[in-house]
Amino acid sequence: MEFMVAILLGVLTACGVYLVLRPRTFSAVLGLTLLSHAVNLFLFSMGRLHSHTPAVIGAVDQHADPLPQALVLTAIVISFAMTAFVVALALRSALELRNDHVDGVDKEEDPI
Amino acid sequence: MTLLLLVLLPLFVLPAPLLLRSRPVLATIATLIAPIVIVALIFPWVIPVFSGQTLISTFEWIPSLGLSIAFRLDALAMLFVLLISVIGITVIFYAYLYFAGKPEASRFYAMILAFMAAMLGIVTSENLLFLLIFWELTSLISFLLIGFYGHKQASRRGARLSLFITGGGGLALLSAILLIGKVVGSLQISDILQSRDLLQQHAYFPWILALFLLGVFSKSAQFPFHLWLPHAMSAPTPVSAYLHSATMVKAGIFLMMRLYPVFSGSDLWFYYVVPIGFITLLVGAFVAIFMHDIKGLLAYSTISHLGLITLLLGYGSTAALSVAVFHLINHALFKAPLFMMAGTIDKATGTRDLRQINGLFHFYPMLALLSFIPIASMAGLPYLNGYMSKKLFIVESLAVHQDGMLAVIIPVLAVLAAAISVGYAIRLFHNTFFNGKPRELPHWPLPPLNRLIYLPLVFFASLCVLIGLWPEWVVSVVVDPVVVSSQASSLYFIELPPYDLSVLDSGWLTWISLLTFAGGAALYSARKVLFAWHDSLPTVDAKEIFETGMLWLISRAQEAVHLVENGSLQRYLIYIFIAALLLTAWPLMQLRQWQGDLALMPIDPMSAGAIVLMMVMAVSVAVLHRQRLIALLFTGATGLLITVGFARFSAPDLALTQFSVEVMAIFIMMLALSFLPQTSPEEKKRYRIRRDAVIASIAGVGIAVLSFAVMTRPQQTISSFFLENSVSGGGGTNVVNVILVDFRGFDTFGEITVLAIAALAVFALTRNLRLKGRVSESVQAEAWHGYAQPYPLILRTLARPLLPMALLVSAYIFLRGHNLPGGGFIAGLITAAALSLQYVACGIRWAQVRMLTQFRPLIGLGLLIAGLTGLGSLLFDHPFLTSWFSYFYLPVIGKFELATALLFDLGVYATVVGATLLILSNLGRLMTIHGPGKEIG
Repeated sequence: MEFMVAILLGVLTACGVYLVLRPRTFSAVLGLTLLSHAVNLFLFSMGRLHSHTPAVIGAVDQHADPLPQALVLTAIVISFAMTAFVVALALRSALELRNDHVDGVDKEEDPI
Repeated sequence: MTLLLLVLLPLFVLPAPLLLRSRPVLATIATLIAPIVIVALIFPWVIPVFSGQTLISTFEWIPSLGLSIAFRLDALAMLFVLLISVIGITVIFYAYLYFAGKPEASRFYAMILAFMAAMLGIVTSENLLFLLIFWELTSLISFLLIGFYGHKQASRRGARLSLFITGGGGLALLSAILLIGKVVGSLQISDILQSRDLLQQHAYFPWILALFLLGVFSKSAQFPFHLWLPHAMSAPTPVSAYLHSATMVKAGIFLMMRLYPVFSGSDLWFYYVVPIGFITLLVGAFVAIFMHDIKGLLAYSTISHLGLITLLLGYGSTAALSVAVFHLINHALFKAPLFMMAGTIDKATGTRDLRQINGLFHFYPMLALLSFIPIASMAGLPYLNGYMSKKLFIVESLAVHQDGMLAVIIPVLAVLAAAISVGYAIRLFHNTFFNGKPRELPHWPLPPLNRLIYLPLVFFASLCVLIGLWPEWVVSVVVDPVVVSSQASSLYFIELPPYDLSVLDSGWLTWISLLTFAGGAALYSARKVLFAWHDSLPTVDAKEIFETGMLWLISRAQEAVHLVENGSLQRYLIYIFIAALLLTAWPLMQLRQWQGDLALMPIDPMSAGAIVLMMVMAVSVAVLHRQRLIALLFTGATGLLITVGFARFSAPDLALTQFSVEVMAIFIMMLALSFLPQTSPEEKKRYRIRRDAVIASIAGVGIAVLSFAVMTRPQQTISSFFLENSVSGGGGTNVVNVILVDFRGFDTFGEITVLAIAALAVFALTRNLRLKGRVSESVQAEAWHGYAQPYPLILRTLARPLLPMALLVSAYIFLRGHNLPGGGFIAGLITAAALSLQYVACGIRWAQVRMLTQFRPLIGLGLLIAGLTGLGSLLFDHPFLTSWFSYFYLPVIGKFELATALLFDLGVYATVVGATLLILSNLGRLMTIHGPGKEIG
């Protein structure tokens, strides 16, 4: 299972990085989303993989590492806030600059 | 306390002249308050300090770092405080006449007061780092004052040059100070003064000394850093009189005297300082003769005298130090009035050119008379203070214990320098007040002078005479204590024999003195020949060279910047990714074995299927990203599958959070997509796609290897602490939630603050957004009404009963969060999702009218609750955010727990709800038929 999760992490990262490097803001936002999934999962996997051992005292005998979980929980919320911010920024720049190129200047296309 | 007040007082007074801009007399009086009060404050201490006491007052600041705000007042500091404040009084008075009621005077006063504070800070600092801060402040204020007339190019360039040189020197000094701190282990001057042997025998000593001298030489305009001082003369004359002759340029001298006990006596000190001092002395004096600008002449003369004082310090003997202190006082007393004279003449005649200014004795006999005394003192005429300094200088030059050529060269050069300085003094006086008639003066006929100008001149002239008549008194009362204080540390008070002035009575000294006069007179009478020779020399303007060099440097720097920073986000990202890859590649290469020792988890078909599906989804996003809606849907699916993954691997809290967040995030992106083009255009540069794909693949492989290597290795974790203390210390069985609201509550507090800031930023970004890029709104509204119901009936009907149920669920999730999966974050997201469903189903207007609160206050309230809960623990003498809990029993309900962590979680909840809804409603607002409309928030 670790092997598969590792491959998944690799794929998510690769797709995220590739999309972040695209010249359109929307692709970059998608890329950031995938990348933050990858990062969250990566952080989470630092606590190793466990089945049926939630970090709730009393429910089970063994417990998964609660610390990465706590870190990832806030990371999820923060990456949501960041995504929202980037979306708003992309929207504003697209509507003000009349193109959705990441540099704000579209060298390739006519303005939308 | 007095010492702190001393430094702060000018700053307190600073606003007064600015407020009294239109009342020049009042502004002057207000400004004068500062130095006068300083003199009054310091007065009771004058006698004790000059009889050997050292005042040190310390305020602890950061004791753990060894930083304290400490001031030190010994005889050396006292001498400078007196110079700064007394000369400050005369300069402010003179500036009143100089600016003659112009409003710019207030700006000048404000800067002078700031400068006074900084300068007092330098001389009274006990800590070297503080001293450096004040030191840099004087450089900055000097920059502002030189550029006082910012519309003139010469002023701006002079200011830049001076800042460049003194600022660079400041950096060198900083390095020296840090090295001293490293060697001595303390930056307190008292400690450093004890560490002479430690420092001098340290391997760093040559470096420390060189850097230190670089700093002080650049400040005190020693060769070759003297270049900035003549160009600083474009400042108003009161500035030249105060900063650039009497005080700031002496800061370097001051610091050399301050650390004299540590540095002096070493051979390096002699060989570093004496040559520089000599060159400065000679170059300054020599160039001064040729200066046609009256202030330029005085500037070079100042350089020369600074060189003289430096040279005396370089000799390294106690006697020479006495003479240096003595001459420092004398120079301040005769140079300040000379600048005032120059400024007065400049204002009266409209020019500073000595070729035009001639024969002014006829017009201003009183000015001539009063200027004669300081000029004669500068030249070293008998019965004036300069006479004593000059003779003593020659005595000390003869007394230097060096063998061979140096024993001859030093005295000869000393006499030569004295002769040249007589030469430029004669030129200054004779050329200004005699030498024929004035030529083509801009102001003609010459205006009468304001009689008040004589007041400071009389003051300085009488001091010159008094010191000249009773030098023994000054030497024993002022100079000797200063020498003692800059010789010995505060703890070991050494009784020095008073300086013996009887050497001055020897006849041969008088002959040498006469010789210098003869030499000076000869030099001056040969001026026509000399000037002709000087004119034939190529002119070198330091400012021009500096400016050209600067321009070259700036253009190179710009080229270098453009190479890296060309405004393309993609390029920056490529740099970042490549750097990250390179940095992680090296350690990963060292990895001998990919798989660790931990037993692998068996693969079950469900999980494997989900993972494969997720990979397919992610790859589809990357491949189909130009079809935006499809790509977005795949992204959402990926997120939902991650939720499943969290649930599968024992993280129920994460699954709940990820699920609610994913819904919101896709929601927001859908909203945004409706304003953006639905497809991305094809990229023209195909090679970029290949390049990015390669980089992305490498990154993916790297992450996969790294995570696999970590996941298969046994872990050493601190989480057992959390598991053990969760119930006993935090009162909750859900360890993840206890970590969030209790153990790491401060982190969570920071995170909800970030969330709030992001929401406010979205609010600000969408606030005045103009949708000019969109299809015209009437067309769209028609489309809505024509073909589709904007708010579908079924959704509308279902959404309303869903709301109370969803709120109930979120309340349940919230309350149980401490013990079972749930908590403020998750409950907040669920509430936000339920509420935003109302917005979607029934429209923003409908929902907004029914919302009980605006969102920004809700965010604020949430942060306030969380923060106050944290602060509450301070009331019970516990650290910030210590939680408290206890168990209670009520009939019917049974045993239950109350914890302050729950209150904190309530703050988290409110912030999450407010922030999420603020983001959603503001993005959604753009969508409404009525356009942006009234703002929501």
